[in-house]
Amino acid sequence: MIYKETGQYKSSYKSDHAIFPLLQDKIAFSTLMFVAFLIIPFVINSYWEKAILVPFLIFSLAAIGLNILTGYCGQVSLGTGGFMAVGAFSTYKIMTYFPDMNIMIIILISGLITAAVGIIFGLPSLRIKGFYLAVATLASQFFLVWLFNKVPWFYNYSDTGQITVSERTMFGIPVTGAEAPSYATYLFCLVLVVLLSFAAKNLIRSKMGRSWMAIRDMDIAAEIIGVPPLKTKLSAFAISSFYIGIAGALYFAVFLGAIEVTESFDIMTISFPVLFMIIIGGLGSMLGSFLGAAFVVTLPIGLKFLMVDMVGLSAVTAKHFEITIWGLLMIVFLIVEPHGLARLWSIAKEKLRRWPFPY
Amino acid sequence: MSVELLNFIETVLNGLMSGVMYSLVALGFVLIFKASGVFNFAQGVFALFAALTLVGYQTGQVPFAHLINELFGTNYHNWYASMPNFFAILLTMVTMIALAWIIERLVLKHLVNQDPIILFMATIGLAFALEGVGDLMWGSDVKVLDVGIPSGGSIWLEEATIGLAAEGSDYYGMYVDVLNIWATVIAVILVVSLALFSQYTKTGRALRAVADDHQAALSVGISLRSIWILVWAISGFIAMVAGIMWGTESGVQFSLSLIALKALPVLILGGFTSIPGAIIGGLMIGVGEKLAEIYIGGYFETGAIENWFAYVMALVFLLFRPQGLFGDKIIERV
Repeated sequence: MIYKETGQYKSSYKSDHAIFPLLQDKIAFSTLMFVAFLIIPFVINSYWEKAILVPFLIFSLAAIGLNILTGYCGQVSLGTGGFMAVGAFSTYKIMTYFPDMNIMIIILISGLITAAVGIIFGLPSLRIKGFYLAVATLASQFFLVWLFNKVPWFYNYSDTGQITVSERTMFGIPVTGAEAPSYATYLFCLVLVVLLSFAAKNLIRSKMGRSWMAIRDMDIAAEIIGVPPLKTKLSAFAISSFYIGIAGALYFAVFLGAIEVTESFDIMTISFPVLFMIIIGGLGSMLGSFLGAAFVVTLPIGLKFLMVDMVGLSAVTAKHFEITIWGLLMIVFLIVEPHGLARLWSIAKEKLRRWPFPY
Repeated sequence: MSVELLNFIETVLNGLMSGVMYSLVALGFVLIFKASGVFNFAQGVFALFAALTLVGYQTGQVPFAHLINELFGTNYHNWYASMPNFFAILLTMVTMIALAWIIERLVLKHLVNQDPIILFMATIGLAFALEGVGDLMWGSDVKVLDVGIPSGGSIWLEEATIGLAAEGSDYYGMYVDVLNIWATVIAVILVVSLALFSQYTKTGRALRAVADDHQAALSVGISLRSIWILVWAISGFIAMVAGIMWGTESGVQFSLSLIALKALPVLILGGFTSIPGAIIGGLMIGVGEKLAEIYIGGYFETGAIENWFAYVMALVFLLFRPQGLFGDKIIERV
């Protein structure tokens, strides 16, 4: 009843190819955009910005990036933290060399640099597959973090090894640095996320996206029907790294402001959580990337509220509990719904289509 | 002999010994991967959990003491002063077997026939859960583990090698940790008994049959589930040995679980499915790492290349042999 497609006829190729072909989807999406752009900026406060909305947006980008590589092209990667670090450090270096450059351009260039690095580290994927590749991508994680930690040029020879962002403005309003108002950082991330998500969605529906999926489903067969593995795999690595690099740049410049590479881009703080996001959200699903990011960002906050504020455990014990619950949740999720939250949503849609008259 | 040559030998020797430690962890991975096709990321946390449990039993800690104290305002910590090593190790073994049973019951049973990547993610979840439970049970402070294995430099070897250097050169003899020698001996015993077990016992043969072909093994009446429990228990046991060795060396703490990450390059070098591969791969990585630190690390003014060198080394090997040195040949069909 609610989610019914009968009666919605498509009379042109354009409407047939629309991203949201159904009226209900269009309404839902425009409502979401309306709330995100026109309501939230006026009611946002610092807590919502720092704790939920900005990390959610940034990790959605990272999850989209990893989903392109792992979910659509089937190349498992554990090096997300390393690539995010590339994005963060390129932003920092470009900022120090070109003080007048617009922050949006800096972030996009950082994405391109990360894409180039991604291509280099994607080269082994032409020869090795599966778990061997997953372990090989760990090499990029360790190597990149080591590089940014040990080569002083990258952090401008500062004594602490930390990098700190300087203030940059968009249309006269600061978006980075300590003075940036909450709505500005939020809107800045939101604009990037919306634009890049549309780009990703359209890439996936293009020839390139279809060849990624062909390689994922069976690479030898894909090669035989004429999908070039070299170009396909490397393009997946490049585009995935571009997204992850931009996420890293935002993570550093807009969200944290000051970072120390071994802490902020560790395998346990970035690489695995982003992998959880796409698995919990749904491999090979755009919606899944967002749902997964939302889940991973909000769960620790909810758990902390429950255990520290409600039950009264100490912070350390609560932290241990959180790790345990994390692990158990992952296992439960994989057992109950290995295709993630996105599948749950499509089941819900299926139900809504006939509800409340199931027969 | 010149001092350079002696130093080289010392480096290789130490590399071999630390390689044995890597092999110990990699061995647990290989066993599980062969028998159940699960890439068990939790192996390192297994080692941590075993070491934590062992220390807990030894010193008589009350499990979940922190949690109980915080919830009920009590003040329990220890219920007895200490337990003899032998019983503590035995109890830890029983715990690890129970753990294997629980994992089979609660996790693996429900994930049969899923994609390997899903199973891999499940073991990452397992790693997190186990780490959290370990911390909740025994507390997260750094603990000292002592089961009576001697450690420190071997004086005998130092004195024996001092005479090898040329007259008049100031050479102080080789430094080799006694603990590492013990680890090597124990690892050799472990591997030999494992080989004997899988070669000459009925269960061992069943184990190899399952590793070869699940369906064929099922059709001749081998119970997959009991074999899986057995395999997870054995790798729990190996994890305990690794945990004791690493724990004695550097204290029982969270970083112990990161040895899993050290074992991964060993695995891709030796091949996921080969026990000799795990051992030889471990030795190669150990030697390569130590040599690189001394002979290449000097060129990077920053040093500490140990973190990634093993991975790069394994990657270079992979480019020539995508299945690792001893792995099964990868045959792909459409």
